[in-house]
Amino acid sequence: MTRLLTSREAQLGVAILVMIALIAVRFPAFVAPANLANVFNDTSALIILALAQMAVILTKCIDLSIAATLALCGMVAAMMNVAGVPLAAIIPLVILLGAGLGAVNGLLVWKLDIPPIVVTLGTMTIYRGVIFLISGGKWINDQQMSAAFKSFPRADFLFLPVLSWTAILVVVVFAVLIGRTPLGRSFFAVGGNPHAAVYTGINVGRTQFLAFVISGALAGLTGYLWVARYAVAYVDIAGGFELDVVAACVIGGISIAGGAGSVGGAVLGALFLGVIKNALPVIGISPFWQMAISGTAIILAIAVNASQGRTKGRVILKSAEHVA
Amino acid sequence: MSNWKTLLTSAAVATAVFANVAHADTKRIAVVVKALGIGFFDAVDKGAEEAAKQLGDVQIIYTGPTKTTAEGQIDVINALIAQKVDAIAISANDKDALVPVLKKAMDRGITVISFDSGVAPAGREMQLNASSTELIGKMLIKMAADSMPDGGKVAVLSASATATNQNAWIDAMKASMSAYPNIKLDEVAYGDDMADKSYREAQALMQKYPNLKAIIAPTTVGIQAAAQAVEDAKMVGKINVTGLGLPSEMAGHVHTGASQGFAIWNPIDLGYAATMIADELMTKKAEAKPGAVLDMGRMGKVTLDANGEGAMADPFFYNAKNVDEFAKIF
Repeated sequence: MTRLLTSREAQLGVAILVMIALIAVRFPAFVAPANLANVFNDTSALIILALAQMAVILTKCIDLSIAATLALCGMVAAMMNVAGVPLAAIIPLVILLGAGLGAVNGLLVWKLDIPPIVVTLGTMTIYRGVIFLISGGKWINDQQMSAAFKSFPRADFLFLPVLSWTAILVVVVFAVLIGRTPLGRSFFAVGGNPHAAVYTGINVGRTQFLAFVISGALAGLTGYLWVARYAVAYVDIAGGFELDVVAACVIGGISIAGGAGSVGGAVLGALFLGVIKNALPVIGISPFWQMAISGTAIILAIAVNASQGRTKGRVILKSAEHVA
Repeated sequence: MSNWKTLLTSAAVATAVFANVAHADTKRIAVVVKALGIGFFDAVDKGAEEAAKQLGDVQIIYTGPTKTTAEGQIDVINALIAQKVDAIAISANDKDALVPVLKKAMDRGITVISFDSGVAPAGREMQLNASSTELIGKMLIKMAADSMPDGGKVAVLSASATATNQNAWIDAMKASMSAYPNIKLDEVAYGDDMADKSYREAQALMQKYPNLKAIIAPTTVGIQAAAQAVEDAKMVGKINVTGLGLPSEMAGHVHTGASQGFAIWNPIDLGYAATMIADELMTKKAEAKPGAVLDMGRMGKVTLDANGEGAMADPFFYNAKNVDEFAKIF
């Protein structure tokens, strides 16, 4: 199992390194350590959300409302800031709000048995609509936000901004959660074979519910980070970002059918997209090609997944049996 | 719901009109906007009131639907026709949908002009554009040039690569760059009017062109994101971010120095000029036909083109001195 997993991650890691080397040929400044740190910082939001989405996808669900949750929590964070709520209260409150929004998705999937893609497609639109309602369609701009609110994610701490450290912290927590806790194992069990999971005493609906809550909470946290980083909050922030997040998961080898994937894969998938996004503008590729290139990368990744998917699924299930 | 809205808007218009019956000799100009409660149009109303005060015998009826729909505007116009106003100046939610009802208004002897967002020629006597593509293009390069007396490199951060407005403005800007031989346009980047993509593109521009002196962003999302990227890269003072933005969104970045100034059309002037023109046409002092020269009071004169359209003025320039005052308005 370790060999297969590392090989998948190794492939992706090599692909990223080759890509960075190719970029460096055309634009040497890209590989300067400071710039690579910038790229990582820029990809932090994608890494956090890819992990959140991974938890959901592992349980055979999908969370399309993740970017809308981010935007709604970001707008609420900005509005609380304008109203004078201290930052120390804003961050836990938006995480709670995000968890609540995730719980709505989770409950609909768990208690009403509605397919997750339908639930989150609906809540995606609802959450965006709520932003419009609470903000009246108005923007919250940088001069309305307090200095502390904006400076927290960009504050430097041990060579990296807090935004990057947040992503690293989430990665570590996820590595423990997925690999070392009963909940993490139950995500795989539920996605890999729901019927078998029931026989082992796992409540499938409740596990999916918890995955949605985790996803929402992380989207809430990212909402604050996003709004503070770009110093603007409006209805359409992070529009279409849910697709980037799903793409990062798919590229990272997380099976859309559930039950297979790894933290390292999700992180590398996010970094792969992050490098592409940051490199395409500097190496002077026409904007019309940029979209086509991102799309090609996604399809290639899915093609690789499809050819490997069958064996992978079996191997992961075997390991789940061992643990159980 | 829709009936209720009609009733309410009609009632509101009726009240406004009845309140003015006492002055039988005053002329009534209705300013119909895309929707009520939008800062930009509240500022237009301010300008219209200013013109009314200057003209003396004109009363402004500021009205519009509660949502930006053509249906809502049709209800409002029908109510205005019933109340026999003298002129209607409209910023349309739809170019074509309003033509029949506005034709009806013109048939009843009401002067109809459009401003800001125009109506098809059949539905109005003339259209007043806030500015023209040429004027905006000139303004964009002038703002950048003013901040870099020694010349140097500039880059453009636009919306999407297919955005009609932005492409026209950028082409006009390129056309007027011959007046600034020591300024070189390095690249036109596209941020797709997304805050994160625009931010990334601005970062890439700074990396690619270390000697970049100005980023010109003719889009409200792009200019903000570029200003934020310049602040985060600690390039304030080296790179000036300019372009088209709204004062309420840009005031902070003007104060940090990331943007030394930016432009947008002035809604107060637009309301003032539209009212002046409406008055001139309804009192038959002038006729709206291609080539006609219309007087706009303190805003000067406007010449109509073959489509009956005219451009008011250069976009209005905002910098640290006046941005706070306008940030409260729009």
